[in-house]
This record gives sequence, C-alpha cells and structure tokens, in this order.
Amino acid sequence: MRKVGTLLGTLLILVWCLLPVAWIISLSFKSQTAITNGSPGFFPSGGDGAGWQNYKDVLDNEQFRRAIFNSIGISLIATLLSVIVATLAAYAIARLEFRGKKFVLTMALAIAMFPVVSLVGPLFDMWRTFGLYDTWPGLIIPYMSFTLPLAIWTLSAFFREIPWELEQAAQVDGATPWQAFRKVIVPLAAPGVFTAAILTFFFAWNDFVFGISLTSTESARPIPAALSFFVGADPFNRPASLLAAGAVVSTIPIIIIVLIFQRKIVAGLTSGAVKG
Amino acid sequence: MTSTYVATAGEREKRGGKKPDLVESDRMRAENSLGRKLVVPAIVVMLIVTAFPMLRALYLSLFTYSLTAPEDREFVGLSNYLTALTDPLFWRDTGVTVLYMLVTVAVELVIGFAFAMVMHRVIFARGVIRTSILIPYGIITVVSGFAWQFAFSYQNGFVNGWLPFLDSDFNWFGESTPAIIAIMISEIWKTTPFMSLLLLAGLAQVSEDMLEAAQVDGATWWQRLWKVILPNMRAAIMVAVLFRALDAYRIFDNIAVMTAGAVNTESISFLTYRQTIEQFQLGIGSALSVLLFLSVLLIAWLIVKLFKVDLAAARQEG
Repeated sequence: MRKVGTLLGTLLILVWCLLPVAWIISLSFKSQTAITNGSPGFFPSGGDGAGWQNYKDVLDNEQFRRAIFNSIGISLIATLLSVIVATLAAYAIARLEFRGKKFVLTMALAIAMFPVVSLVGPLFDMWRTFGLYDTWPGLIIPYMSFTLPLAIWTLSAFFREIPWELEQAAQVDGATPWQAFRKVIVPLAAPGVFTAAILTFFFAWNDFVFGISLTSTESARPIPAALSFFVGADPFNRPASLLAAGAVVSTIPIIIIVLIFQRKIVAGLTSGAVKG
Repeated sequence: MTSTYVATAGEREKRGGKKPDLVESDRMRAENSLGRKLVVPAIVVMLIVTAFPMLRALYLSLFTYSLTAPEDREFVGLSNYLTALTDPLFWRDTGVTVLYMLVTVAVELVIGFAFAMVMHRVIFARGVIRTSILIPYGIITVVSGFAWQFAFSYQNGFVNGWLPFLDSDFNWFGESTPAIIAIMISEIWKTTPFMSLLLLAGLAQVSEDMLEAAQVDGATWWQRLWKVILPNMRAAIMVAVLFRALDAYRIFDNIAVMTAGAVNTESISFLTYRQTIEQFQLGIGSALSVLLFLSVLLIAWLIVKLFKVDLAAARQEG
C-alpha cells in the first residue's frame, strides 16, 4: 500500500516536472504556418511538423544570437565576481569573530527579500547618468547584489563544516590568518564555492526585470528579455513555435548543469536555507 | 611579536577566565580587522544597488518628475503618495497581488509537502527525481510563462482539448478569473520544486524513533502527520513560507509574459514597472516603489510576528 503510494507519487512528480518541458519541445516542432492557422493539440498533427526549421530560424536570428552571447557573458562574469566577494564575506562570517557580523547577515537577509521592481525606476535613472544603461556592467552589478545573499548563506553553511583544526594547525606552523585562508580553506571549500556558483548562475540566467528595464538594444539584452520582445512579423499572432524553439535553446544550459551537478544543487539549496 | 605562535586553541579556551594577555588581544584585533575587511566588498556591492537607489526613490517620490519632461521637475511633497493611495487601481492591483500570493503559497505548500514526502520515502531512482525536480526550478520564468500561455491558448494549445468540460475555443486570457488561474499555474509549476526541497530538508530532521514510537502507541497515519511530523518541522515550513510569500508578492515575470497586465491581472510590481519604465513617470513610480517596499516589509513583519519565526537563528545555524 505504502509502496504503491510512493510509486504513484514518483510518477506524479515526474509528470509534473517534465510535461510542460515536453510540451514546449513538442511545440517547437510545429510549423509556423500551422501555428498561424491554429493547430490545437499536444503534438504536431499530420503535415504540421516543421523538423528542425524553427531551430534553424532561431539560430539564424541575429538578435537571438546576440542575446545568447549577452546572457552567457553577463551571467558568467556576474557569477565569478559574486562568488569571489561572497567567499571572502562568508569566510569572515563562518570563521572570524568581528563586530558587525550580525549586521552583514541581517542586511543580506533584507536584500534577499527586496522587491526588485521597486529599484528599477531609480536604477534606470542612475544608470543613464553614469553611462551604465544598456551595458554589460549595468546588469552585472545588480546581479551581483542580488545573488550575494544566497551565495553568502550557502558558503558560510559550507564553511562551518570545514574542520577548524586544519586552519589552526597551519597557523601554529606560522601561517598568517590570510595564508591559512588561501592555502588551507580554499581547497577544502571549493565544492561549496562551486555550488554557490551554480545557484548564482541560475539567478542571473533567469533574471527578467533588470533585463528588460536596464537595456534597450541588443548590445546587452539577455535571453529572457529578448524572448519577451520577440514578436515576429504579426504582433497579434506571436510565432509560438519559433519562440518555443528559442525557449528550448535557452533551457539547454540549465538542463546540462542540472544533469551534471544535481547533487550539489540540492545540497546547496537546502544547507543554506533551513537548518534548525 | 616574536611569541605570536603560542596563541593556540588551548590558550583561547582559557581566555574567559584569565585577564586577556597582550598577545591574545593583538590577535583578536587582527581578526576583527581582517573580518571587517573581508565583508566590506560584499556590503558595498549590496548597498550600491539597494540602499542608494531606495534613498533616491524616496527623494524622487516627492517630486513630479517625468523623463519625457525632465525640466518640469517640481517638489510636491507627499502628493504622489496621496495620488497612489486614493487611486482604486492601486488597491485593485494590491488585492490581485495578495490573491496571487495567498493562493500560490498555499497550493505550493500542500503539493510541495506531498512531493517532499514522496522524495523522502523513495529508495529507487532518487537521482532521476531530483534531477527532474530541478528542471522547473532552473528553467527561466519567462520560458515557463510562454510554455503555459501557449498550453492554454485555444489556437495552438492542448489544455482545452484535455479538459472535457471546456469548449475547444474557450479563451483563457479573455477574462480575469481564468487568466489569473493560468498565471498562478505557471507560477506554482515553477516554484513548487524549490518549496519541496526546503521541506525535504526539514523532513529529514524529524526523528524516525519518534515516528516509530507514535506508531507503536497506535497513532494513525493522519495523527502522526499532524502531531509528530508537522510540529517538528515547523521551522522549515515557516522559513519556506516566508521566503515564498515575499517572492510571490513580487510576482512580475509571468504576468508580463502571459497577459502584460491585461484583463485585471496586473500585480503591484507590474504597475510600478509600467509607471517607471514604460511611461517614464519617475515621480509617481518612485512613490509606488516605496509603497511596494513598505508592503514587503509589512508582510515580512506580519509573518515573523504571527508565526514567531526566528529567521536569523534559522539562517545562522549552519
């Protein structure tokens, strides 16, 4: 009885998670004429199939290619910088006694809850003044700010589990606190750092609000914003199957990361989030 | 400085009883200063994009300021707030936003808990389940919005065909209620996995011994759930609810993609965005930004007070 329930539950989870993904893949194989004429149903019906045509069209589209390039570049740089800054802070929080520790944690918590949209107005104004509007740094900076809280929590949770003694042993042997950090803790902390990097990358890759508010051309517009602006020839009839192909392409990096690092992501999400 | 190396763990433990010697306090001072140096970059980056723009929003909200006519900027005191708070649109959008929040979080909590129970018990194919549950979590919200928008479309979708009680040409986005339901479904689909992973971590901390003891004492499955499992994972549930509730109150992406705020589906975030970025009304938009920020604070405060969540403690204990 219990086993049957678990089995059913498992199937339900799989259907829940994968059905919409299967749907968008299936949609991406419907031909554009079929979409214009209307083709209800889950699968492309007889003669409606487009083969790889939608994928070819999407990858031939200059705007879309630029958007992929922007998204990859911006997300990777933001991830790298955010993880470096978060690693320093998390080390201090997990390992050192200093005044202001509570302040940093409280601030990180407050920022994680911040309503992002309430910032885009003033940021839009500020970025135009500073010349950051519609540039890569203009997106990298907000991505860093909003991924730092998650990265700091995840990392400080990981750092607390690293054995203290090793660091002290290094210090007994004459290492300064900085050397102990660089030579002993960094290699031990690498898996945690990696997890924080994946979560940060997900955030940056997913962001939409900053992407549409702080860019105006393809010079910095990331994929989510590009997808939402992609209307095609007829604005009243969106090219659903073409968009679906674009959506699938933008999901491939996520699926690859999930497939390879499944265990690390789950550990990161839960260790940083709920203990006690 | 020659004897710095003697300050080892043993010495530190004795520190409480003795008067701290010079070496030890040197060390503490160094630690204090290193600690602060290491957190400064994080603080600076977090403040550049939050505190500074928020103060600027506070300032701009006191002016009539439109980017289409920047030279007409004029100090008007609190009148932008008055305009916003007396406009029925503001209250309608707040109501819709609260509705999104309440329904999605409640549904996600129930489904997420069920998923967590299944994942906790399952012994085969753990990797497959965790991999698939991470796909909605990782997928771009905009993509989820498109997937569901097209699924509900009567022209090219499949939902109308699969639901026997609906006409095949039922337009989900033609009126308010079905459109809001469609948006909620996309939101729930995307975020339930996150909820279930947080709950799974809480579930793992419920002691098996206690559950067995309850079973031996003749407690039914239902009693064990309500008297043993749920009370013991209260902290995990509260943290998950708090985070998801604040996240849901900021709902934006799905609305922007699926309806662009049409047929009364607009949330307060979307209204703010429309005023500032689309209509360049930075004055009233900033007032809305401040109100949005205050309402998020209010919700956080309410949840923490109502459920007595010690969030800082929950977060700090690694």
